[in-house]
Amino acid sequence: MIEKKQSAFTRTAIYVLLIVLTTITLLPLVWMFSASLKLDSEVFTVPIKWLPETFHWENYPKVWEKIDFATFSFNSIKLTVIITIIQVITCSFAAYGFSKCNFRGRDTLFLCYVGTIAIPWQTYMLPQYSLMRTLGGVDTHWGYIALQAFSAFGVFLLRQFYQGIPNELLEAARIDGLSEYGIYARIVLPLAKPALTTLTIFTFVTIWNDFMGPMIYINTESLKTIPLGIRMFLGQYSTSYELIMAASVMSLLPVFALYIPCQRFFVQGVATSGLKG
Amino acid sequence: MANKTIQGTNRKISLNTRNTVVGLSFILPNFIGFALFTLGPVVFSFILSFMKWDGFTEMTFAGLKNFQKIFGDKKFLESLGHTFYFAFFTVLFSMTAALALALLLNRKVKFVNFFRSSIFFPYVASVVAISCVWKAMFMENGGVINSALQMIGFAEDMLPGWIASTKWAMPAVIIVSVWRNMGYFMIIYLAALQDIPTSLYEAAEIDGASKWQQFVRITFPMLTPSHFFVFMMLTINSFKTFDMIFLMTEGGPGTATQLLSMYIYNKAFISWDYGVTSAASMILFLIVATITVLQFRVEKKFNDFM
Repeated sequence: MIEKKQSAFTRTAIYVLLIVLTTITLLPLVWMFSASLKLDSEVFTVPIKWLPETFHWENYPKVWEKIDFATFSFNSIKLTVIITIIQVITCSFAAYGFSKCNFRGRDTLFLCYVGTIAIPWQTYMLPQYSLMRTLGGVDTHWGYIALQAFSAFGVFLLRQFYQGIPNELLEAARIDGLSEYGIYARIVLPLAKPALTTLTIFTFVTIWNDFMGPMIYINTESLKTIPLGIRMFLGQYSTSYELIMAASVMSLLPVFALYIPCQRFFVQGVATSGLKG
Repeated sequence: MANKTIQGTNRKISLNTRNTVVGLSFILPNFIGFALFTLGPVVFSFILSFMKWDGFTEMTFAGLKNFQKIFGDKKFLESLGHTFYFAFFTVLFSMTAALALALLLNRKVKFVNFFRSSIFFPYVASVVAISCVWKAMFMENGGVINSALQMIGFAEDMLPGWIASTKWAMPAVIIVSVWRNMGYFMIIYLAALQDIPTSLYEAAEIDGASKWQQFVRITFPMLTPSHFFVFMMLTINSFKTFDMIFLMTEGGPGTATQLLSMYIYNKAFISWDYGVTSAASMILFLIVATITVLQFRVEKKFNDFM
């Protein structure tokens, strides 16, 4: 949008408004961090103290002592990495089939994929659970991996991007005698790097934050993930909010670390999903 | 000549078969997992809604009994009402906030990226973490929100009980839901705003249109496809919402924030009633499907009209 020179007043007003809105949005996160450094008795004081009297950094190691945070972190990392890898590979493969290979029934099949994106998980989680129980995958890591690793959304996202790759490029490669697999690996994959990064980041964040899946599928304590660990805290030590907040801050750190340098890809992922509108 | 044609057809068939084999080989690794764990259960859920089953003993046909059961269940009807209440306000406020933020941030200001990414961040933050924070902030005594209200002059007996009160629990979870959603949909609006040709504004400017007129006559109508998309996504998301409410209120106090998704969860993993769960699931599915189809219909009509 072309902006005409605004008066100093309008400019200042916009900045003030933006700063106020951003502060309000970030306030819960600021409060989380501040509470994680407080004493138990300081968390709910009136009026609010935004800065603790002294910084109680020892709340953080305390979390590791009180619950098995190391195991939970290990499980979260393991599941997130494995699922992300499988998903990116199978989705990028399938997206090529759906966008660059021509065969009968392709579009019908793709419609099945897109159709399920809109279906809420709750509508089929019970049949899915009993299937998994039959297969012996309940309360195991592989069961959870199998559930999450084949996303329809990932196929949709990558297909959107692949369609932008000109077919002439592929045709030229075919004439040069490259097989479809060769085209996929040598031409499409390198071109699709931004889309693959977007999918990697989206999957990573979704699985890392996932609560409902592990809650339903995982009961054994040594298999639990960080979100379940925090939830345990909420049940067992509901008075020690400073520890819950410390654990929450730690659970946000990897996402935050990824978010700062990769914002561009987050934004791109959202914008692509909205493109079809 | 005839021979040649036959050969050509043969080659064509074999080429077709080869294309199909190659195409399927790309799709298969993903499709096996997808068919087994998503498509299969979806179909199975549909069948189950007409069956009586506890997951172990033999399945028997129940006809429409499961549906009769849920429509006779006060808790189901109540959760349906709550879901519409929750969805209506979440969609309304999230859309308004997202559009307003997008308009505000679609200009050249310093640190625009910082502002945008700060507002988007709640969407990627762990739902467990943010639910814990908001739960603490909504505490009736000593919570940040009531302290702030008190500071700006609310008398102590006028402060809402938030998640501890049946009346205020729903507004509380709606606030959190809007806070989470607005950044995501702001980005969708921002992408669309950047596609509006600047020439339209220039022409309006020459005709002497005010900023407000430009918004009403150009910006808002030009965003129509995005309005539809955002509306549909938000509605579906609202009908799916589970974890945030489960973590903040567990559907309470009483059943004040029990949504359809939570009713289904309870019937599934607490009562293990497969038939009733699937019937309620079908209702949820039908609502979402109706909204999706309506959305496409209206959008199509609108586009034809344009």
